[in-house]
Amino acid sequence: MSAAVQEVAGAGLAPRAPVMELRGVSRRFSRGLDLAAKVAQRLGAPVKEEIVHAVDGVDLSIAKGEVVGLVGESGCGKSTLGRMVAGILPPSDGAILWRGRDLRSLNGADAREAKLRTQMIFQDPYASLNPRLKVAEIVGEAPMVHGIVRRRDLEPYVDEQMRRAGLDPAFRRRYPHQFSGGQRQRIGIARALAVQPDFLVCDEAVAALDVSIQAQILNLFMKLRRELDLTYLFISHDLGVVEHLSDRVVIMYLGRVVEAAPAEEVFRRANHPYTQALLSEVPRIETRKRAFAGVKGEIPSPLNPPPGCHFHPRCPHAFDRCRVERPALKPVAAGHTSACHLNDRT
Amino acid sequence: MTATLEVRDLKTHFFTRAGVVRAVDGVSFAVDRGKVLGLVGESGSGKTVTGFSIMGLVDPPGRIAGGKILFKGRDLASLSEEEMRALRGNRIAMIFQDPMMTLNPVLRIDTQMIETVQAHERVSREEARQRARDALGQVGIPSPDERLRSYPHQFSGGMRQRVAIAIALLHKPDVIVADEPTTALDVTIQGQILAEAQKLCRVTGTAMIWITHDLSVVAGLADDIAVMYAGRVVEQGPVDEVLDAPFHPYTVGLIGSVPSRNRRGEPLRQIPGMTPSLLDLPAGCTFRARCPRAEPRCAEPPPMAEYSPGRFARCIHPYNVPEMAA
Ligand SMILES: Nc1ncnc2c1ncn2[C@@H]1O[C@H](COP(=O)(O)OP(=O)(O)OP(=O)(O)O)[C@@H](O)[C@H]1O
Ligand SMILES: Nc1ncnc2c1ncn2[C@@H]1O[C@H](COP(=O)(O)OP(=O)(O)O)[C@@H](O)[C@H]1O
Ligand code: SF4
Ligand SMILES: [Mg+2]
Ligand SMILES: [Mg+2]
Repeated sequence: MSAAVQEVAGAGLAPRAPVMELRGVSRRFSRGLDLAAKVAQRLGAPVKEEIVHAVDGVDLSIAKGEVVGLVGESGCGKSTLGRMVAGILPPSDGAILWRGRDLRSLNGADAREAKLRTQMIFQDPYASLNPRLKVAEIVGEAPMVHGIVRRRDLEPYVDEQMRRAGLDPAFRRRYPHQFSGGQRQRIGIARALAVQPDFLVCDEAVAALDVSIQAQILNLFMKLRRELDLTYLFISHDLGVVEHLSDRVVIMYLGRVVEAAPAEEVFRRANHPYTQALLSEVPRIETRKRAFAGVKGEIPSPLNPPPGCHFHPRCPHAFDRCRVERPALKPVAAGHTSACHLNDRT
Repeated sequence: MTATLEVRDLKTHFFTRAGVVRAVDGVSFAVDRGKVLGLVGESGSGKTVTGFSIMGLVDPPGRIAGGKILFKGRDLASLSEEEMRALRGNRIAMIFQDPMMTLNPVLRIDTQMIETVQAHERVSREEARQRARDALGQVGIPSPDERLRSYPHQFSGGMRQRVAIAIALLHKPDVIVADEPTTALDVTIQGQILAEAQKLCRVTGTAMIWITHDLSVVAGLADDIAVMYAGRVVEQGPVDEVLDAPFHPYTVGLIGSVPSRNRRGEPLRQIPGMTPSLLDLPAGCTFRARCPRAEPRCAEPPPMAEYSPGRFARCIHPYNVPEMAA
């Protein structure tokens, strides 16, 4: 692992060819109108459909073998971004390049391959597993359908995926409800591995697990990375987890990337005031009897985000320009970008 | 000095068809005025049931099967439901993980808060409203007057939790049991709520039991810590000492698996296996099957022993015990 970390960290300036590249990617959702609003609209009332800018103009490039941690508070667009990267949600604007090719331009076998190569692991393993299927069916279904394995080889193939995910193949005939939370997450991982992905999008994959079980699953992710040369987009609101296993960390706030840098750099020299605030609020086991303060204000609604820099209403350093102009993501150090007007000030 | 709240050998069992679930099985601790006790443990270890027992909220098939809950020396477990109701929400309050356990979705915030005030005190509506407004201000809710006229669904999750806390504060209770109140919240909002909790203990002298699975929150907030495993407290003592030099192998394992306690990128230390089912607990030390220090003697139930002054562990083979005692 450490060899891979160094390689990527060293490549901070000239990263290896990206496996995944996002260019100006946005995703909007319209909150449908309820019946009363629809009627009012028909009658000429100025009722507009509400638009959520879940992801708003994101540029991001992920190199092969890299672990990119994606952090941010609830509703900031992490899952939406993750689903677009995994190819299960199309962007409203912008392009996603997979191995240098626009996902929209792919068809037939290429499109199918792109989809299989990137797999997603979810937070709630229970909700993402069909309760009526046995583990062997859950894990074996996709590789059978996609012709990755022949029927007569299926059984040993499924056993191998289960073992890899740390599950005893003796449990192959059991149903999801017969497993603990940690084991169910392992089933989700075995299912993803069964289609031979090289890229995993993990969306809060350990958030529902107890610490001791969380450690087991995180160790499994790191082991799989070494063994299978996987690339990860690791979504989590837990900065401790992200710090531990990411090479690079991307911070989002209300649909936008506000800062991106190698992990150690983010935790040592955060540039963006939001990142700084976030880091100062993370409780740490090393810090005793501290005085908590909290970042003032609420997280604004993505239905009606503040103009300019989205963080300005809560930012202790905000000045006039922050209230009107969107700050661009600009380099502040090698491999380190931040979107804050303060950086233009000196 | 008697502690504000003392729990002695509490046993709360659920008599289910599948068998007796000993959710809480001999738990003891004490909290003083103005202090915070962090009650930590993984899911299913009995934290919530302990909190519910203190509040007198355990429903059948569960019941308190033994022990004492002493509130300023008075045993709550022996009170009638009516006597308990007079204390609940008044001298002893609970903050739940889900604020909607406290809030009524169809009532305006002012209605709910005024009712709560008037349930325990003879005050005018206007005075009660003033108290509600002050409590909202105290937990950092901007424009409290306007907020009083809102319904719970008009608040974000963090604000709802702050309203629930404001309701718990209305009578300046002597004891607050807070059951994972920030687990579902974002860090910047969690920080606000922890700040309120700290202020409350300092200013009103409330004794607080802060239930969480997050050791880092306890580290920053609590004075003392009690670690639960499978229905029992397996270690307790002052926060600094327990976190810096834990005795019980389970505490050692829990602390070790926190990512920041490991070198970046290295495999995390992990506790093997998983928590045993409460219906089928192993005899002797219940942590035995997962414990790296287990030995034949562990097949006997280990007693809670005071290995150094004020520090207890339920283990016959603890780590970090000072030479003399070991
Ligand atoms: N299908 C949808 N229809 C309408 N709005 C949506 C949809 N999916 C997401 N949103 C909105 O887009 C925003 C971003 O949501 P997203 O799920 O990506 O956030 P997140 O960062 O993953 O949050 P969390 O940490 O809570 O999982 C939110 O305001 C959400 O309500
Ligand atoms: N109503 C109930 N009936 C049967 N068992 C219960 C009931 N409520 C809780 N338990 C059991 O008591 C144990 C402790 O639960 P709980 O106190 O909620 O744990 P924690 O809060 O530490 O996660 C669990 O094994 C749980 O299944
Ligand atoms: S009593 Fe034995 S098995 Fe239990 S924690 Fe101590 S050493 Fe481990
Ligand atoms: Mg999400
Ligand atoms: Mg609980």
